Amino acid sequence: MTAQLAHGGRPAGGGGSALGAPSPRVQGARTVSRALADVRVLTGRSLRHILRSTDTIITTVVTPIALMLLFVYVLGGAIRTESGGSYIDYLLPGILLITVASGVSYTSYRLFLDRQGGIYERFRSMPIARSSVLWAHVLTSLVANLVSVAVVVGVALAMGFRTGASPGAWCGVVAIIALFTLTLTWIAVVAGLAAKSVDGASAFSYPLIFLPFISSAFVPTDSMPGPVAWFAEHQPVTAVVDTLRALFEGQPVGDAIWIALAWLAAVLLVAVGAAIRLARRA
Amino acid sequence: MSAILERPARIDAPAISVRGIAKSYGATEVLRGVDFDVATGTVFALLGSNGAGKTTLVRILATLLKADSGSARVQDREITENPRAVRGAISLTGQFSAVDDVLTGRENLELVARLRHVNGPRESADAALARFLLTDAADRRAGEYSGGMRRRLDLAMSLIGDPPILFLDEPTTGLDPQARAGVWDVVRALAAGGTTVLLTTQYLDEAEQLADRIAILHGGRIVQEGTLAELRRLLPRRAPVLVEPQPTLEDVFLAVVGEGGVAQADPPPDNIEPREGSRS
Repeated sequence: MTAQLAHGGRPAGGGGSALGAPSPRVQGARTVSRALADVRVLTGRSLRHILRSTDTIITTVVTPIALMLLFVYVLGGAIRTESGGSYIDYLLPGILLITVASGVSYTSYRLFLDRQGGIYERFRSMPIARSSVLWAHVLTSLVANLVSVAVVVGVALAMGFRTGASPGAWCGVVAIIALFTLTLTWIAVVAGLAAKSVDGASAFSYPLIFLPFISSAFVPTDSMPGPVAWFAEHQPVTAVVDTLRALFEGQPVGDAIWIALAWLAAVLLVAVGAAIRLARRA
Repeated sequence: MSAILERPARIDAPAISVRGIAKSYGATEVLRGVDFDVATGTVFALLGSNGAGKTTLVRILATLLKADSGSARVQDREITENPRAVRGAISLTGQFSAVDDVLTGRENLELVARLRHVNGPRESADAALARFLLTDAADRRAGEYSGGMRRRLDLAMSLIGDPPILFLDEPTTGLDPQARAGVWDVVRALAAGGTTVLLTTQYLDEAEQLADRIAILHGGRIVQEGTLAELRRLLPRRAPVLVEPQPTLEDVFLAVVGEGGVAQADPPPDNIEPREGSRS
């Protein structure tokens, strides 16, 4: 009645566990290399998802570019920044952070879809480290967001953005943005693991996108009323924006970089811890 | 009945051994102390109605969920003490197809082959495609597959690397008769090859067709367990009645639709067109 399904033979009692017992150190090294190979395979998978839905890259860069156009060509004329340089030079760091903040929501979205579709459960029932699955999403986010950031910087250059940053300063810019992306992506992982609906999975990113507006990203904080200015000066985005701006301008970064690094490292640790707890439980 | 007579000699420790597993969700006691053994190389069916706790039990045995109490050994390894080793020995096919819709069928299989560190992932994907009659659809995205094809891909993914123990959680729910028969054939072939299969189902005929032993899960416990013959003996013998043999509806359906089997079951027949004038 049904077509024949040939059966692939397997040695009786085979479980693939017929290997001799290697020394603990060899075994440890093997575990690590297997885990790295798993992360590579899974990252390849989620990068393919991005390549096959290029609309996600486009939607990620459209909003920050539109904001940049709006602020530079519509509002910028009325904004005074003291530094005296062109407004786009002042604005770009904040725009780059908004790019990342909106880009990471795709990580929680994809992770949620994995959970909903059952493939996440399949991975969890396989002999691979549970953190491999999360790291693959995180590395994919890092690659995708750095591409988006590069596109936005390209548009900014076309709009007249100029920087005197040295190669060393550029490395600093890339490193800070990568750390910022890493931190926000782990928050996205927590959201993706905890979410009960697709909307819930991406809703967490709205406050993150909004945070740069109440910072030194678009206007100097001393133009804001007291309590708002206090919040703006003490929230992490201001420290990150000030660091990036100093690097672009070829100025000394001062304390801002340490405040920024401390913030990002602390939030990163909390987010990774929460994500791993959720992954164990969920 | 298609009991396969040639089975590897029974190895002393059972492939799966469950003792007193209990699990509650809040005030709802789903499992209240489940005990059973599954001998190596046999097909064991867990029969129960919806909500009987079959899926909960399978998820516990697959190390996806922690039991509140009790213990279980899979391939003689305690599931909570050595979950990684258990995951190396099992494969789970859940109620819903766990395939990646964005990837093609071949990419899905290669993904699993690489994660299982199989030698020659490409070849092993090709072999799985051929075995599950998916070669023609290999380079189409799984998202475009029909329900039966997805289920076959799902099963093919679970069998990559030849895990010695397979959990099948309601593998034929929502499938049409041909796709269902195809899954049954796979289970029979696996059993013939020495794989231990724990199958959950709510279809009585499925348990009857496939299982060496059947356990009935009800009210959070195994209320009855044995071979089909043993279970039948539980009821008083009925006086023989003369019945004119009637073809079942399934016989009729399969005869009308054709003997094509699983391979032809999936593409929609292209000779069916909306009647003209029936819609404007």
